Amino acid sequence: MSRSVFRLTLPILFGYIPLGTAFGVLFSTQLDYPWWVAPLTGLVIYAGAGQILAVSLLASHAGLLEVFVAMFVLNSRHLFYGLSLLGRFRGAGWRKAYLIFGLTDETYSLLTSRPQNADRKTEQEIDFRITALNQCYWIVGCALGALLADNLRFDTSGIEFALVALFIVLTIEQFKALGDSFPIWTGAAAAAIAIVFLEPAHQLIGAIVIVTGVLLIQYRKLRSEVAGEGV
Amino acid sequence: MSESVYLAAFILLAAVATFATRVIPFLFFERHTEHPLIQHLGRYLPAAVMAMLATVFLQQSADWQGKFPGLDALIPGLLVVAVHLWRRNTLLSIAAGTATYMALLQSGILGG
Repeated sequence: MSRSVFRLTLPILFGYIPLGTAFGVLFSTQLDYPWWVAPLTGLVIYAGAGQILAVSLLASHAGLLEVFVAMFVLNSRHLFYGLSLLGRFRGAGWRKAYLIFGLTDETYSLLTSRPQNADRKTEQEIDFRITALNQCYWIVGCALGALLADNLRFDTSGIEFALVALFIVLTIEQFKALGDSFPIWTGAAAAAIAIVFLEPAHQLIGAIVIVTGVLLIQYRKLRSEVAGEGV
Repeated sequence: MSESVYLAAFILLAAVATFATRVIPFLFFERHTEHPLIQHLGRYLPAAVMAMLATVFLQQSADWQGKFPGLDALIPGLLVVAVHLWRRNTLLSIAAGTATYMALLQSGILGG
């Protein structure tokens, strides 16, 4: 079982080591903390985009409430991963907490796309090993990057653009998965409004309020259309 | 607050916020997964949040006082879109955009 589980996680290995390294380099070049803080965040926070956002929040010494809201909003997509796995993790015992903790984008897509044919206990054991292996790759990547950066001697100013690039890539991926550009324009327009009318410190929170409001209006509109057709 | 206390509180809060997004469905929504509002938000919210974050941070990384306001971030941003649509390789897209942004910034070509 172990070998086939390892093979399943290979794509994540090749994704997490370089991305974790990129995070580690960013962390060490932007901040003056000891190198081991980078893998520590990989161990306890364990969220790629979240940790990269954390670097810029740490660099600007953001307020703790803003940190909480920003991390929650950025990771709010995870709320919906859990919804589709409620039945699958049921009865997993002590493993359940870790399965939930380790539910990153990549682990979620691997768990939900792999074929299952054993009994539930065995499948949960496999899910558990996949999750743990993935987190190991991520922590190793974070550590590698931080150690590497401490020994690098070149001008790294501007490297923080990696965060912007990551969000652009994730937006394109979301659009491809959804096939509908409405939420993309909603998000961009909400951000534009927040940028024009709010100070930088409140832009993220303002934009998420607008986005949620628009989606609720859209929901009501769709519902009344469906109800209208039903008559 | 000392620097190390701030860092510890920061990491703890970030960890709690992240774990909360992952555990909330298992705590509160065991019975509501079929609710149409949940399905609607699950479908559209992630894409909208990503586009919102991309826009906010793109704007914040741009220099609006230079000779060509905003171009220093717009060029690498568009490059990320182009490279990603072309190869669909996350790391390649990020590396191309970041390297271009760094080169524009460090060379001062846009009149920084």
